[in-house]
Amino acid sequence: MSDTTQSGPVLAADGTPLKRSLARALRMQKLRALMLVAPLLLFILLTFILPIADMLFRSVENRIVADTLPKTVVALQGWDANSGEAPDEAVYAALAADLIVAVEAKTHTRLGTRLNYEMTGISSLFRKSGRKVKKWDIAEDAPFKEKFVKIDKDWADPEVWRTIQTYSPKYTNGYFLNSIDMQKGVDGAEARPENQQIYITLFQRTMFMSLVITFSCIVLGYPVAWILANLPARSANLLMILVLLPFWTSLLVRTSAWKVMLQQQGVINDVLVWLGLVADDARLVMINNQFGTIVAMTHILLPFMILPMYSVMQTINPSYLRAAKSLGATNWTAFWRVYFPQSVPGIGAGSILVFILAIGYYITPEIVGGTKGVFISNRIAYHISSSLNWGLAAALGAILLVVVLILYWAYDKIVGIDNVKLG
Amino acid sequence: MKLTKLTALAASTALCAPMAFAEMANEMTIVSWGGAYSNSQMKAYHEPYAAKTGVKIINDESSAEAVAKLRAMNEAGNVTWDVVDVVAADAMRLCDEGLALEIDADTQLAAAPDGTPASEDFGELLVSDCFIPQIVYSTTFGYRTDMVGDTPPDDICDVFDLEAYPGKRALEKRPINNMEWALLCDGVAKDEVYDVLETEAGQEQALAKLDTIKDSVIWWSAGADTPQLLADGEVVMGSTYNGRLFSVIEEQKQPVAMLWDAQVFDLDGWIIPAGLSPERQARALDYIMFATDTQRLADQAKFISYGPARASSAPLVGKHADLGIDMAPHMPTDPNNAKNTSLFNYEFWADYRDDIDAKFQAWLAK
Amino acid sequence: MADASNSDAFVEFERVQKSYDGETLVVKDLNLVMPKGEFLTMLGPSGSGKTTCLMMLAGFETATHGDIRLGGVSINNIPPHKRGIGMVFQNYALFPHMTIAENLSFPLEVRKMGKSEREQKVMRALDMVEMGAFGGRRPSQLSGGQQQRVALARALVFEPELVLMDEPLGALDKQLREKMQFEITDLAHRLGITVVYVTHDQTEALTMSDRVAVFDDGRIQQLAPPDQLYEEPENSFVAQFIGENNTLEGTVKEITNGQAVVQLDDGELIDCKPVNVSQPGERTRVSIRPERVEYNKERLQEGAHTLKAEVLEFIYMGDIFRTRLRVAGNDEFIIKTRNAPDQTRLKPGQQIEIGWLPEDCRALDA
Repeated sequence: MSDTTQSGPVLAADGTPLKRSLARALRMQKLRALMLVAPLLLFILLTFILPIADMLFRSVENRIVADTLPKTVVALQGWDANSGEAPDEAVYAALAADLIVAVEAKTHTRLGTRLNYEMTGISSLFRKSGRKVKKWDIAEDAPFKEKFVKIDKDWADPEVWRTIQTYSPKYTNGYFLNSIDMQKGVDGAEARPENQQIYITLFQRTMFMSLVITFSCIVLGYPVAWILANLPARSANLLMILVLLPFWTSLLVRTSAWKVMLQQQGVINDVLVWLGLVADDARLVMINNQFGTIVAMTHILLPFMILPMYSVMQTINPSYLRAAKSLGATNWTAFWRVYFPQSVPGIGAGSILVFILAIGYYITPEIVGGTKGVFISNRIAYHISSSLNWGLAAALGAILLVVVLILYWAYDKIVGIDNVKLG
Repeated sequence: MKLTKLTALAASTALCAPMAFAEMANEMTIVSWGGAYSNSQMKAYHEPYAAKTGVKIINDESSAEAVAKLRAMNEAGNVTWDVVDVVAADAMRLCDEGLALEIDADTQLAAAPDGTPASEDFGELLVSDCFIPQIVYSTTFGYRTDMVGDTPPDDICDVFDLEAYPGKRALEKRPINNMEWALLCDGVAKDEVYDVLETEAGQEQALAKLDTIKDSVIWWSAGADTPQLLADGEVVMGSTYNGRLFSVIEEQKQPVAMLWDAQVFDLDGWIIPAGLSPERQARALDYIMFATDTQRLADQAKFISYGPARASSAPLVGKHADLGIDMAPHMPTDPNNAKNTSLFNYEFWADYRDDIDAKFQAWLAK
Repeated sequence: MADASNSDAFVEFERVQKSYDGETLVVKDLNLVMPKGEFLTMLGPSGSGKTTCLMMLAGFETATHGDIRLGGVSINNIPPHKRGIGMVFQNYALFPHMTIAENLSFPLEVRKMGKSEREQKVMRALDMVEMGAFGGRRPSQLSGGQQQRVALARALVFEPELVLMDEPLGALDKQLREKMQFEITDLAHRLGITVVYVTHDQTEALTMSDRVAVFDDGRIQQLAPPDQLYEEPENSFVAQFIGENNTLEGTVKEITNGQAVVQLDDGELIDCKPVNVSQPGERTRVSIRPERVEYNKERLQEGAHTLKAEVLEFIYMGDIFRTRLRVAGNDEFIIKTRNAPDQTRLKPGQQIEIGWLPEDCRALDA
């Protein structure tokens, strides 16, 4: 050994370095392995990695302004937004030229929709102007400033021009600022008016409620997993079916069932009133609030907690508990000092699973969440399918992704990611 | 950009995989809302059209996400839908984004039996260049007759009167309509509502009025919620689409009655997606020409209590196909019901939707 | 057998029975008395009930019937953690999430011992098994033999008077096992502790124990010191189970002066010692140890019965020769002879005559 370390790299029989020789021998093997995973790799690339990359890209992408109004953007560069006055004729002429082209391509309304996210009213301003500009001729109808102001006096409003100028770069942090209740003001980033601040609250609430849901899953799931792991195989299988039973019904049905259970004229309230525990006119409010969301989501996510805990507990040899007891530990000490620490990897895996599923949930909060139980994902869904503000949705999603990664990193630091087992 | 296209393609194939081969045969995919509404269209339009032409019609129930999905399909360059049923506001947005085909009413739609051109027959309901109106529906209130004592509510402001009508109310989880009703009941004249709502102070005022009943409101997001809440006795009154209330009252015989005051008309109709192949576009136009003629629109009212969008169809509205009851009194447009109505303000909400929605949601979360 | 008044008794089983399913008994009427300081091994095939007995003593199983006493006190209702019995498990059961020192410290901590005293005792216990340098390691970082020593130290660190060991050497290789056998007995004698040791390995049982209890079918078949067990098995199960053994079947012809003549099934007669046969005509199974068979006529007693035998196989094993014969129709008759200079080496096919001292041939139950 010692002579090879001194005389440089080890050589194979034919004189090539052993490392290279080995690499060559392994290449075929690696290639074959790669071919085997290639379909999955391609699938993940197409359906997971690319969409995420696209989402991250959309959250900063803002070409639409410069693409639709190329001349105007250039002409606006010299204009001082703080002057308090509308830009001069050159800018209006550029706008007219751009709009004539845009109207032809029907892209001006799309731009209006985009800028309307930043300043209310621009949408109709562009739509209205588009109809008139269609009939103009760039060579003969100059000057344009008055003509635009005649269409709508908003064209004389420096705020409109400031918005166009602010959002003319091809990339913007505007969506991200919006995601954290800020906006691009005259002097850079500033807080949004208080009556529009919502996302920070929702992020905090999503985190808090997901933690509560994770915690209740641990509390409810641990004993079940323990029983499952310690029952004889036949009864364990039966109980396992009960645990998995919720998976056999649709998510919507389960959530709606909770509605029937928890509402004021629902089963639980009826029983409580019948038992005389609650007065008929003071029925408990258990749904359309945080409580209802936590109950329904805990129920839905419980199997994701029980399964990893169960599979970890199954590997814990019962002789550990016996050993602890033979050494003089009471049942509780034996559990707490010996069994519980060994089941922590299962709790960790279950918690990560449940927590990450919970912060991305939106169907259940939408149905039973009322106003105080909705999650950030509900807003993301709203911006994807209703307001069509995909840039904002992408920014919110990107923040959520970062938060998850940070939590994952923190978990790794505190508990250690190798301390997570699925069985 | 290539990246975007690729992912959009992946996303849209994932979303619309079942329809990916629609173009192959002599068939077309028609998108609508599902439930009783789709059934009424199937009976009044699809079946006769299929019998007449032999085209196979595939139903898709994606209208709620139509705008988002059409945008995704368009980005991917693979539009799989032929005709899409959307509300007027969505039609306008699709038109704005260049995602819907512009229609010339007089040449591409059927004239009335008496020769009145389609543009006149539909009249002011042609709110967008891309939109072919089909029905008029209204968002209005229903209430539990057994929970309001001897004086049933007859005024929109009874919704805000917690003393006379204690109990929960169901309102839609969005600012549209709610803000207008709040202002109307806070002393703003009907013709000034949008002038007030344009201003910060007006928005504050509307939210302040809603604040007085906030604790008693269950917010809905699906049209089926309010009928269920009314049937369960969870709410004393609630807003929803009039057709939904009709089925609670007449089909399920629940103790529920209509409060037509201050109902807001809205339109639902067809658009044809932009970017179809000429062959598919011709087929879609042929279907639209057939399905929106005077008789067809009147036929639909046999199956659901929404008013036909053509003036010429109104006299032809008959009895419900199964229940045998006269449908005219259940139409939101019936003179007895339409004493105090307004039409959805598309222009206003196109501009203010994002802004007011942000404030509304922030207020809700408080 | 059992005597509750026995002042020597430390561990006592009295008429103990155990059933898991209420239908079959896995332990049938067990009686056992152990004095203090004894090293007793429970030996038997799997399913014989030996481990169940150990678990009942440890408190992990409850006796269905009967009494188990420790130091004269019935422990039937004392939970395991209050019995103060040390235990070594088959798989060692070292807590994987604790270091070696923490493992050893655990029984002292639950006894609320002070920190410095604890550290002292842990160190002493580790030194005792020569593992003093490994206190900071985790169990998974140790070899099997090292883990075994730690398990032993852990079972001893709180100074129990009784230590139970459940096949503790089962997972070790042969060499290590032999070394540990010696270390365990040495330690047990040095510390003067009482040990109940369970194994299915007879060599282990014979080399380590003061007494061995042979289990089969839920009963103790024989309880005796190793030499007695080997040389004077009381029934054919023990004879078969302990060591190598030749059996011949036949009928008792006569019994005189503590000596019996047995007629084998092929008609030949042999001399034996009657152990559990009492009168002529009884069927019996005759047992002879391979090393007690003689084929050199000069070494046999005058007038002793001999048998004809044919050599089938000769195996050279170094220190001994092992020869397989056909005797009275039995092809598996083995004889072992020492490799001495004067010893003849038999060849296959050779015809010989064999015999033995009557007291080496035991007539047992059939």
